[in-house]
Amino acid sequence: MRGFARRERERGDMNPPSNLLDEALGLGHGGAIAALPAGRVVLVEDCVETSGAFVLHHLLKRALSAGEGGGDVLFLALAQPFSHYDRVLRKLGCSLSVQRNNNKLHFFDMLKLEFPGLTGGNDIESGFVGLYSKIQRAIEARRSKEYSRGCITIMIDDLSLLEIAACGSIDCVLDFLYYCISLTAELDCSLVILNHEDIYSSEEAPRFLSHLEYLADIVIKTEPLSTGLSADVHGQLTIFNKGTSSRHGHSMNKIHNFHFKVKENGVEYFYPGSQY
Amino acid sequence: MATAKDPNPRPVRTSSSFSRNPSSPSAAPASPPVPGVKPGPSGAAFVSSGIPDLDKILGGGFLLGSVVMVMEDADAPHHLLLLRNFMSQGIVHRQPLLFASPAEDPRAFLGTLPSPVSSSKEERQRAPGLDPDAKDKEKGLRIAWQYKKYFGERQVPELHNRGIEQDFSNDFDLRKPLERQMFRTQQIDCVSIQDTANLAVLHEHCSTFLSDLTRNEGCNVNAGRIAIQSLCAPQCGYSELDWDMVSFIRSLRAMIRCSNAVAVITFPTSVLSPSFSKRWQHLADTLLSVRAMPDEDKELAKLLTGYQDMVGLLHVHKVSQINTQVPVILEATTFSLKLQKRRSLILERLNQAPVDASSGTSYATSGSCSGSSKGSPLDF
Repeated sequence: MRGFARRERERGDMNPPSNLLDEALGLGHGGAIAALPAGRVVLVEDCVETSGAFVLHHLLKRALSAGEGGGDVLFLALAQPFSHYDRVLRKLGCSLSVQRNNNKLHFFDMLKLEFPGLTGGNDIESGFVGLYSKIQRAIEARRSKEYSRGCITIMIDDLSLLEIAACGSIDCVLDFLYYCISLTAELDCSLVILNHEDIYSSEEAPRFLSHLEYLADIVIKTEPLSTGLSADVHGQLTIFNKGTSSRHGHSMNKIHNFHFKVKENGVEYFYPGSQY
Repeated sequence: MATAKDPNPRPVRTSSSFSRNPSSPSAAPASPPVPGVKPGPSGAAFVSSGIPDLDKILGGGFLLGSVVMVMEDADAPHHLLLLRNFMSQGIVHRQPLLFASPAEDPRAFLGTLPSPVSSSKEERQRAPGLDPDAKDKEKGLRIAWQYKKYFGERQVPELHNRGIEQDFSNDFDLRKPLERQMFRTQQIDCVSIQDTANLAVLHEHCSTFLSDLTRNEGCNVNAGRIAIQSLCAPQCGYSELDWDMVSFIRSLRAMIRCSNAVAVITFPTSVLSPSFSKRWQHLADTLLSVRAMPDEDKELAKLLTGYQDMVGLLHVHKVSQINTQVPVILEATTFSLKLQKRRSLILERLNQAPVDASSGTSYATSGSCSGSSKGSPLDF
């Protein structure tokens, strides 16, 4: 017991203090790094001007180094090759190659993913079924190991590319997501999705986005500053945290809003006007 | 300036002596560099866009492995200026080129490519006016004259660097066509995308083109360039198939990522629906847009100095972030496209003309807080 406490303290010393983003996600308590609570669905929305990829990198690092020996991550990469994530995460102090060799990170390289044929709906559907069963198998393999009790996080970067791979059949993508979400509920995983908000801002396809926002427990939006580009403030984050019950018992449905500046080795979060 | 405080500045834009030099001996690869390729930050490499000023703005040029998209002006062919210089630069460096166009005979377009300005004297002439960085650098050295001996070692790679840079990008004379014999000696593939029912043909061309340019560590392959003009033009048979087009771009992007090549795609946004236009923009690594200058815009002429010489405006929306999560924040995002001496293309930051005192909208004219008797609305 004492050994555990010491380990906790050491880890607390090693890790940087929790930041505004972690607090808003409800991760920042006690100094020790915690992964996202199981069963959570997090949706990151960004736009052309301000990429939200850094939130994903942060959550990826967080998930891999959380808890006892870290959790597992299944990363569905459609946007970038492995080398990109490896370099970015290395600067954040987390080696993806090592994590992959240790079987902590299951990297699905789907940069070139195309569902066979692309002619009828059936091919796309069966493609998604295949993808889902791969994920399911990977998770069950991890759950069966006795030593791994950490949280499993599924990450999708990014959903709009999955839509393109599915040739725009939104129903297939939504079905796939429903399956993934039911998986998170059954097997104690959490799901992190990156998507682009501005694609759906026109009147044509708002249904998909509102579906996603309904499914998500936490929505993180990255936007540029309304006053234009700045070298000191890269944009603002808005976080809608739906009904987390805090440790005091009352549920909080809170909106957090703050600015950020992305650096190579981390991101600075601060309230508007509190920097410099 | 904030850029100086940035822990990882893009090397070209900073003039601080503390910046990391990408071509310092330790960082340079052991194998001899390929002509026209310059090492960049985080293990990436640049090729020139063919417009030296644009290279400077983007922090060194177009990154190998990235997709550059140019949003066209609906009424003017300004995107062709960028496309021509990009292609010419590749041919000058003897890099393989794939060109796709909705024209009937794409090879005819090669006849309009500009030829490089031969004498480097021209470059010298315009350097002082254009390049404030160089001036800063000199000033910085003068201030630190007493530390000059410490700079001795540092200057060697810098001179070396400058030598590379001259080869790296050329100035092009838009009035002089590129010599015909340049085309014969090298690999140039031209595809017409007019009246093709689907994108399979173009996809096929791209994948065979890129198969020779697969990136592997250690050995240097020549860099390739893909130029696609007006991908979603209405005269293409597939222009109704929105999903096919985005899925083509996505798979092209995936192929480009793992090869030594850059793709420049221009597209008219007005043809696409707003939501698909956004999808295209998200698929771009570097996103630019060009706009023609309105001919007789009195308001604008009053507002901007040098309005007469401008042919258009170039807007930088997004700069590629390969192997990094830090966005590139430029000091200015809109630049004026000018033709210098009616032949070479230059980019300049917009300069606001001094405003008449009567209008009183400028801070400079009403700079004094209380002393002004004009009573402009900005005084307090």
